Amino acid sequence: MSVDLASGAGSETAFREWLEKAARNAEGFVIPVGALVAGLAVFGAFLLFLGKSPFDFYALVYKAGFGTAFSWENTLSRTAPLLLAALCVALPARLGLVVIGGEGAIVLGGVAAGAFAMFAPDLPGPAGMVGMALFAACAGGIWIGLAGALRHLRGVNETISSLLMAYIAIAIMNHLVEGPFRDPASLNKPSTAPLAESWRIGSIPGFDVHWGLAVGVVACIVSWVLIERTSWGFAARIAGGNVRAAQVQGLPVGRLIIGFTALGGAFAGIAGMIEVAAVHGSANGSLAAGYGYTGILIAFLARHNPLAIIPVAMLLAGFEASSGLVQRRMDLPDATVLVLQGFVFVAILLSDTLYGRFKLFQPELWSRS
Amino acid sequence: MAIIRNTTRRDFLKSTAGIAGLATLGAGLPLTSARAADLTVGFIYVGPKDDFGYNQAHAEGAAVVKGIEGVTIVEEENVAETVDVQKSMESMINFDGASLLFPTSFGYFDPHILTLAPKNPDVRFEHCGGLWSADKHPANTGSYFGYIGMGQYLNGIAAGHATKTKKIGFVAAKPIPQVLLNINSFLLGARSVDPEITCQVIFTGEWSLAVKEAEAVNALADQGVDVITCHVDGPKVVMETAAGRDAFVCGYHANQQPLAGDKYLTGAEWAWGNVYTDMINKTLAGESIDNFVRGGLAEGFIKMSPLGPAVSDAARNQFEATKAEILKGDYAVIKGPMKDNKGNVIATEGQGFAETDVELESMDYLVEGVVGSTS
Repeated sequence: MSVDLASGAGSETAFREWLEKAARNAEGFVIPVGALVAGLAVFGAFLLFLGKSPFDFYALVYKAGFGTAFSWENTLSRTAPLLLAALCVALPARLGLVVIGGEGAIVLGGVAAGAFAMFAPDLPGPAGMVGMALFAACAGGIWIGLAGALRHLRGVNETISSLLMAYIAIAIMNHLVEGPFRDPASLNKPSTAPLAESWRIGSIPGFDVHWGLAVGVVACIVSWVLIERTSWGFAARIAGGNVRAAQVQGLPVGRLIIGFTALGGAFAGIAGMIEVAAVHGSANGSLAAGYGYTGILIAFLARHNPLAIIPVAMLLAGFEASSGLVQRRMDLPDATVLVLQGFVFVAILLSDTLYGRFKLFQPELWSRS
Repeated sequence: MAIIRNTTRRDFLKSTAGIAGLATLGAGLPLTSARAADLTVGFIYVGPKDDFGYNQAHAEGAAVVKGIEGVTIVEEENVAETVDVQKSMESMINFDGASLLFPTSFGYFDPHILTLAPKNPDVRFEHCGGLWSADKHPANTGSYFGYIGMGQYLNGIAAGHATKTKKIGFVAAKPIPQVLLNINSFLLGARSVDPEITCQVIFTGEWSLAVKEAEAVNALADQGVDVITCHVDGPKVVMETAAGRDAFVCGYHANQQPLAGDKYLTGAEWAWGNVYTDMINKTLAGESIDNFVRGGLAEGFIKMSPLGPAVSDAARNQFEATKAEILKGDYAVIKGPMKDNKGNVIATEGQGFAETDVELESMDYLVEGVVGSTS
């Protein structure tokens, strides 16, 4: 056997291995993107049915969501809270839990931040921000962690309990900002006292998007590392796959459930704090803006992968950023973009049944010589 | 349940690279702009344009000014009081060249308009309902509002004549000054007919919460209340439910006669078309708009729905006579001696608060005769 032959065989094996790996990985990318395109196409047909041009529509969506520097600022400003809201769904989902009440953690996180500012208004800016974030993370973490604890200790369905608890959270928020925490100067819009200027989260320099975006991206990366690269994440994935097997192996399933739900809730709580510190300047009823519900959509579209959340959140934020221009230019109702999101959501959920059906993505196809 | 799959680092890189590629591709596309007219005016609503209420009243105003030559109107509905409204305003400025904006919801002002106004000194931001003040707010912002409490007072007169049980009812969103003034005015109008009338108020806690609004109407009707009005964003549910329970209704924000038929007595409506026409004409003529604009029936800021068939002649006479008094100006609904419903004195003998009194815009009490609590 000559040296040349050996090296040739070696490179061929390497190429095969690369092909196998590419085939395996491509499936998780091509199928959702294909489903996205299919969803957009079906929605285009729906627009034709309404007598509107789908090409104009998508051109406007592109222009208003991604076409100019302002469009990117618009999209990324909307992305910021969605990243954290989606993590509140994605993290428990890795344990097989469907938590849909992130909205509750967001509003309570916002109120906790507003309350912290009321009770310790003299702290310097950075300490104030850290304090608000900690308070908000605790409020959100306890709230969603409670849904996890109810699930583990009492067998209460976490989907139902977290959703119902979101309504309770909104009621608590309204009570607090209109009652005990109300700033008497906020006449027609009951709010907590405005934050000091030094407590406000500003914009990323040269870019009209607040730092909450960076916080969200970092949180997504940290969550990905936690799930994919730590023994905690590994244990969570085992428990998510088969909870009995995990228990038999002696994994602390209860602590995992409560820990992951609480962590998700803490991220959502911080989203509420960022809304207060970067956008509103005080806690009030506007915190219940539905980010928690959009987060559900994003987490499912991203297949609960924290890194995939980033582009998916940008895509949906871009859709929302374009809603206004679509209304103004095409005279379509505001709900149009919601319908679009619905089509995409259904298409991607349906595409779940396609995994493993295409020979193209089978590594065996490529390992054969 | 979805099968959870992993997206690898490579997939992530691919997708982000794809998006970046699309972005560069888009930079070359021509931007089609609506910038053809002399003046582009943007209207932003917090709810749907056809809510039979607050937003419809503004949208009707916008429809009036559509006809002015050289003016282009752009509108957006269902815009939340979050970063949403900031971006909608910026989008109207950037893509449509809007230079006069009417973001109509109260919650749009602080912090959203206040964030954008300094960045866009050439754009005029006109806000409905706020208390503009020269030392706190930018010069390119302004606030406008109408004395609609007077309309609720006239509603109260019609209600006072129509009620047989001497119990009238009010479905309210939140106990804030603008709402409290309406409740108090409604009761005082009815008491000018019969001082024994009481008004039961129910707060739903939200500007738009159909289920609770219907529950509130049913609760009022169960207690024997036979005339109902409201202050929520969209009065549709209140009007239909009340008429269904055979109670008379008085409208608010817009004309709801089509919803209640013969049970509709009258209603306090906004007439924003007049206000918007005036402001736009001033802008076209190069004149400046006052930063703090207020007006009532006399100035054409508000109007009353035509009286319904159930309104008696006695009611009609008192209604028209009082309306004539209000049109003369300086009419005071809150005047001494008067107590709130906890027994505190709010106006002494001879003291009165005319409709123009700014103090009324920070009202925090319910007058004697109103059954309910602000907290």
